[in-house]
Amino acid sequence: MKIRARLGDASRRDLAFGALTLLLFLAVTSAFPAFASPRNVAGLLDDTAILVMLALAQMLVILVRGIDLSIAANLALCGMLAAQFDRAFADTLAGAGVPLVIALTLLAGGLLGAFNGLLVWKLRLPPIVVTLGTMSVYRGVIFLLSGGAWVNENEMSRGFVGFPRIEILGLSVLTWLAIFVAAVFIVALRRTRLARDLYAAGGNPDAAAYSGIDAGRAQFIAYTICGAIAGVCGYLWVARFAVAYTDIALGFELSVIAACLIGGVSIAGGIGSAAGVVLGCLFIGIIRSSLPLVGISAFWQMFINGAVILVAVLLSARQRDVKRHILEARA
Amino acid sequence: MKAWAQRFLRWESMLAAVLVLEFVLFASLSPYFLDLYTLSDATFNFTERAIVALPLAMLIIAGEIDISVAAIIALSSVSMGLTASSGAGTGAIVCAGLGTGLGAGMINGALVTIGRVPSIVATIGTMTLFRGAAYAVLGDRVLKEYPESFAIFGQGYLVGALSIELALFMVLALLSGLFLHYTRWGRTIFAVGANPVASRFAGVPVNRYRFALFAATGLFCGLAAVLLTSRLGSTRPSIAQGWELEIISMVILGGVSVWGGKGSILGVVLAALVFGLITFGLGLMNIPGIVMSIFVGALLIAVVATPALLGRLKAGRA
Repeated sequence: MKIRARLGDASRRDLAFGALTLLLFLAVTSAFPAFASPRNVAGLLDDTAILVMLALAQMLVILVRGIDLSIAANLALCGMLAAQFDRAFADTLAGAGVPLVIALTLLAGGLLGAFNGLLVWKLRLPPIVVTLGTMSVYRGVIFLLSGGAWVNENEMSRGFVGFPRIEILGLSVLTWLAIFVAAVFIVALRRTRLARDLYAAGGNPDAAAYSGIDAGRAQFIAYTICGAIAGVCGYLWVARFAVAYTDIALGFELSVIAACLIGGVSIAGGIGSAAGVVLGCLFIGIIRSSLPLVGISAFWQMFINGAVILVAVLLSARQRDVKRHILEARA
Repeated sequence: MKAWAQRFLRWESMLAAVLVLEFVLFASLSPYFLDLYTLSDATFNFTERAIVALPLAMLIIAGEIDISVAAIIALSSVSMGLTASSGAGTGAIVCAGLGTGLGAGMINGALVTIGRVPSIVATIGTMTLFRGAAYAVLGDRVLKEYPESFAIFGQGYLVGALSIELALFMVLALLSGLFLHYTRWGRTIFAVGANPVASRFAGVPVNRYRFALFAATGLFCGLAAVLLTSRLGSTRPSIAQGWELEIISMVILGGVSVWGGKGSILGVVLAALVFGLITFGLGLMNIPGIVMSIFVGALLIAVVATPALLGRLKAGRA
C-alpha cells in the first residue's frame, strides 16, 4: 500500500510494463543467447530509434486531446527537403552541411506542425480533420517539390548519409539521438511548468482555463514541438534508408499512434508518460527482431502488434471504469 | 432573401455547385469526357469506397468512428480468396466475404460497447489486427483462383452503361438516405451523436445502436470487398491500403460533423461524386493523383474552417 500511495497510476503501469518488456527480452535471450549480444541489441535500438522519437512527439499531441495524422507526411516532406538541400548545397557547404540540414528540418517541421496547431487553436477545428487534411496536402507538396523523382544515395553527400550511422561507444548517433530525446522528455515532463500545463490542459481543459492555462495555446505548442521532431526524423529517415521519394513512411502515422497506445497514453488526453511510450516502442522492437529467430514469419508482426494494442487498451479501459463515468449506466 | 441565401449556403448546395463546375470544366477541357461509357468507367474508381462511406457516415453521426474499414475489406477479400481456392462456388465466396465483414464489424462493436474502449482506439487496434491477419495468412502470396462467374459483381453491367457496382451504390444510397432521414431509428442515430448521455436518459439503448452501426459498417465493407475483389480478380494482403483515410475524408467532405449529430446522406453521395470526378478529370488531363490530394486535403480543412470563420465574423459583428 505504501508503494501504491507514493507512485502514481502511470508509474505503476510503467513499472509493470517495464517488467513485462524485460521478461520478454530475457525469454527470447534464454532461447537464443545471441539475441542479447551487444551487436544485436545495438541493431535493435537503431531500428527502434526513429519510432521512439516520433511516438514521444505524438504523445505530446495526444496528451492535450489532439492527434497528429500528418506526422508521417511531415516527416516525408522534411526528408525530401533535406535531401534536396543536400543535393544542391553539400559541395559548397562541406562540413557545415549536416548541422544546417538539421536546423532546416527542425524549422520546416516546426512550421508544418505549427500550422496544424494554429488551425486547432485559433479556429477550434477538430484535430483529426485538420491533420487528415494536412496529411494529404503535405504529401502532395512532396510530389510538387520533387516532380515525383527519387533522390538516391549516389546523389547524397557522404556526410549526409553517414551522420546517423557514426558509432559512439558501440551505439549509432541515431540511437544516441533517441536516447537524448527520451531523456529530455522523461525529465521535462516531470519537472517543467510547460509539461504540467500540457497535462492539465489535456486532463480537464475547463479546469485548466480557470487556473489560468490556455488549453488552445498548449495544443499549439504540442503540435509545434511534434512537428519539429517529425521534421528532424525526416532527415534521419532519409539518411538511414539512403533514399527520398514521395511515399516514404506512408501509413507510418498509425504505427506511431499504435506505439503510444501500447505505451499507455490515453486518447482521451491528460494521461501518459514518456517512459511508458519508450517501453512500448522497445516492446514492439523486441517482438519485431525476435520473430525471425523464433521461426515465425515476419508477416505475423502486424497481427501481433494489433493483438498487443487491443489487450493494452482493453486493460486501461477497465482500469478507468473504476474512477470515472459515475453517470454512465450500462445501456 | 435571407432564407434563400441560407439555403444556398447549405453544404449540400455548395457541393452540388462544385459538381456542376467540375462537369463543365472537364467537358470543355477534354473531348472524351462527355461519353456515356467514359463516364460509366469513371464511376468504378469511387463506388466501392462510397458504399463504405454510407454506413460510416451514420457511425460518425452517432459520434463514433471506424478506422479499420480498409483492413476489414482486406480481411474479407482474403477469406473470399481462401474460399475460392478450396473450390467453392460464387455463392459461397460472396457469403464468405459478407460474413467476414459482418464478423469483423461485430468485433469492433463489442470492443466499443462491452469493452468500453473509445472507438478510435479500438479500431486502430483492430485495423492493425485485421490487416495483420491478412498478411499473416497470405504473406507475399496472391490468391486468384476465382471462378469466372465471380467477375460479374465488379465487371458486369446491368443495362447499357449502368454497371452493377453503380446500380448497387445508387440503391444503397437511396435506402440509407431513407433510413437515416425518414425513420425513427435514423432520428435516434442523430440523437445518440448529439448527446449520448441525454439519449440514454431518454430511454435509448445507445450501446445497441452503436453495436448495430459497427456491424453494418463491417457488412458494407464485406460488400465493398466482394466488388473490389471481383473487379481486380485477385487478392493481395495490401488490397485497399490507405482507403480508411480516403473514405473518412469522403464522409467529412460530405458535411458530416466529427463531433457527431450532424450530416446527411445526400452530402456524402455528392462528396463521393465530387471525389470521383476530380480523380477522373485530372486523370484525363494527365495530372497525377497525388496532386489531387492537395486539393482534397485543402478542401477538407476548408469544409470545417468555413463555418468556424463565419461564426467568428458573426460574433465579431454582434
